[in-house]
Amino acid sequence: MSEPFHGTDLLDVDRLLAEDERLVRDSVARWVDERWMPIVKDHFRNGTFPLELATELGAMGLLGTTLVGYGCPGLSSVAYGLAMEELERGDSGLRSFASVQGSLAMYPIHAYADEALKNRYLPKMAKGELVGCFGLTEPDHGSDPGALSTRAVRDGREYVISGEKLWITNGSCADLAIVWAKVDGQGADDIRGFVVEKGTPGFSAYDVDGKLSLRASVTSGLVFDEVRVPEENMFKGVRGLRGPLSCLNQARYGIAWGAVGSAIAVYRAAVDYAKARPQFGRPIAGFQLVQAKLADMINEIVKGQLLVLQLGRLKDAGVSNPVQVSLAKRNNVKMALDCARSSRSILGANGISDEYPVFRHMVNLESVFTYEGTHDIHTLILGRAVTGISAFE
Amino acid sequence: MKILVTVKRVTDYERKVKITPDGSAIITEGMNFVPNPFDEIAVEEALRLQKAHGGEVVVVSIGAKDATTQIRQALAMGADRGILVLSDELDSDAVARVLVKLVAEEKPDLVIMGKQATDDDANQAGQLLAGYLGWPQATFASKTEGLESEAEKAQKPGVVIENGEALVLREVDGGLETIAVTLPAVVTTDLRLNHPRFASLPGIMKAKKKEVKEVPIASLGIDVTPKVKNVKFAEPPTRKAGVKVADVAELVAKLKNEAKVL
Ligand SMILES: Cc1cc2nc3c(=O)[nH]c(=O)nc-3n(C[C@H](O)[C@H](O)[C@H](O)COP(=O)(O)OP(=O)(O)OC[C@H]3O[C@@H](n4cnc5c(N)ncnc54)[C@H](O)[C@@H]3O)c2cc1C
Repeated sequence: MSEPFHGTDLLDVDRLLAEDERLVRDSVARWVDERWMPIVKDHFRNGTFPLELATELGAMGLLGTTLVGYGCPGLSSVAYGLAMEELERGDSGLRSFASVQGSLAMYPIHAYADEALKNRYLPKMAKGELVGCFGLTEPDHGSDPGALSTRAVRDGREYVISGEKLWITNGSCADLAIVWAKVDGQGADDIRGFVVEKGTPGFSAYDVDGKLSLRASVTSGLVFDEVRVPEENMFKGVRGLRGPLSCLNQARYGIAWGAVGSAIAVYRAAVDYAKARPQFGRPIAGFQLVQAKLADMINEIVKGQLLVLQLGRLKDAGVSNPVQVSLAKRNNVKMALDCARSSRSILGANGISDEYPVFRHMVNLESVFTYEGTHDIHTLILGRAVTGISAFE
Repeated sequence: MKILVTVKRVTDYERKVKITPDGSAIITEGMNFVPNPFDEIAVEEALRLQKAHGGEVVVVSIGAKDATTQIRQALAMGADRGILVLSDELDSDAVARVLVKLVAEEKPDLVIMGKQATDDDANQAGQLLAGYLGWPQATFASKTEGLESEAEKAQKPGVVIENGEALVLREVDGGLETIAVTLPAVVTTDLRLNHPRFASLPGIMKAKKKEVKEVPIASLGIDVTPKVKNVKFAEPPTRKAGVKVADVAELVAKLKNEAKVL
């Protein structure tokens, strides 16, 4: 028997990384192993997120990682991606927390809010002292956010917001919500973004009950009952769907990296298990069907790694586009989900137990498959890009 | 206060080490390298002392150019600058004599080193250095309060600096002892002195801009001909398969009659 290959970097993708990029990955990996892995099982069981880690994530530079100024870390997209990969190796809920805070809450403030709001929120959000959420999806509007029905009506120097949001990550634990609502008319062009602070009269949040996925993450509904916010809280810098979609484009980029982390976690679990589990007198890793599953997994992981690395290099060079981000999110999340299902089958009965990370990743990835643009919506975005014909609008 | 800290590049203790078929060397190809874990504790202690007393933390590594990465890791934790002495692998005595030269140049108040490197486990560089310098030494530094304590959470240094002395709690056979050494001194760190911080992402970026001075070993004018030679490497014997016992009675019987430990 030859010496087995360890790790997941079969194609030595590591060589394409700079020293500081490797150090970022290794430091976040250590943080995840020491601070997150010992507690994730209980949080998943209990359906809770350890909010006390927010300030640690901030101190590590994992909140708003690529943003520049206002106390934000200002790192490259590749370094950020590597960090997201490690966080999601821990759990999709952990990566979701960082994605929502950095890409969906801090990013629009950084890009579209006026100076006063940036100074008020960003430094504390980067430290994890203030937590944000992003309210776009509504009970009746998911894949088609242009049709959203939350309203913001101008009244003197205030806006009065009414409506409901659902499936909002960090919703009930957030200190502030980025809320997308329509002013004036009913069209998608009327969408504007608002910052609504927790405790504003008329604004309440409740937790979604009975989740079987992404349990180590807070998912909520937000209710706006004539909530008055000062006009300064509206983003002046953007209008229409471009606002929320630009945020999602940032978050999807991180998800494409994160999915590789999930895939790595389930692959490692499968290899270790297959080598340690004997049946019919030898380790199940010695059977061809099991080897085929492992070979397929590592094959796809290597491709997924190269895909996001190239995307990251394009992004750092300022020449990436949203279609490429759709491609990466679509490919890598499906890839990770396939790996997780395959890994789960290799673990047999143990595959359904939370003693192993596999089932947790597998059911988490069902959420990741759906949020930030469902797999099918990204298929349609690619379809539109290559044919010039939109099949969904 | 100026503190000199050593950081050695060592093979990752979590990976299996492979040996050449003739047993003459360790195969480094494909190996993962990390900072010696005891040295990370030394860096952490130096940073905590710097926070309490001010001054500068200088990181030294001796080895090939690749060891720059381990210096950068210490700089990412917060150390101020680095010195890389470019050389082949040295024995502990040569390491100590290289450090004597650097101490003469840098004039630190304290040298903090790992008690040993996890690759060769020699546990003598710190002692030799103190001997050559004629400085007091406090080896196996530990912490009274323990790693779960509030003091550790508050990142308090374990080594107490007072009136030109360092108070050091040492782990010795059968217990703990506290000694006071006058400064300058050499301190070597044990496992329970502190829990090293994580390098933050901004810290890693800042480290890129910090100075790492490269010193060719030849320029130090010392004879580094090895006094200790590695004669042979061998893998530990592979573990034999265990046996399953039916019940406690059988276990006790086996421990008594076969293992003869009861
Ligand atoms: C755990 C979790 C956390 C979330 N966090 C957030 C958050 O923080 N903020 C936020 O705003 N939202 C969040 N979401 C919501 C998420 O973005 C939406 O669930 C997603 O956009 C899909 O919307 P939907 O669930 O309403 O599904 P629908 O849009 O109703 O889609 C149902 C199915 O129909 C398909 N479909 C829809 N339209 C078409 C079409 N034109 N052609 C072909 N197929 C189509 C979809 O692909 C899907 O398979 C979260 C969701 C989950 C599960």
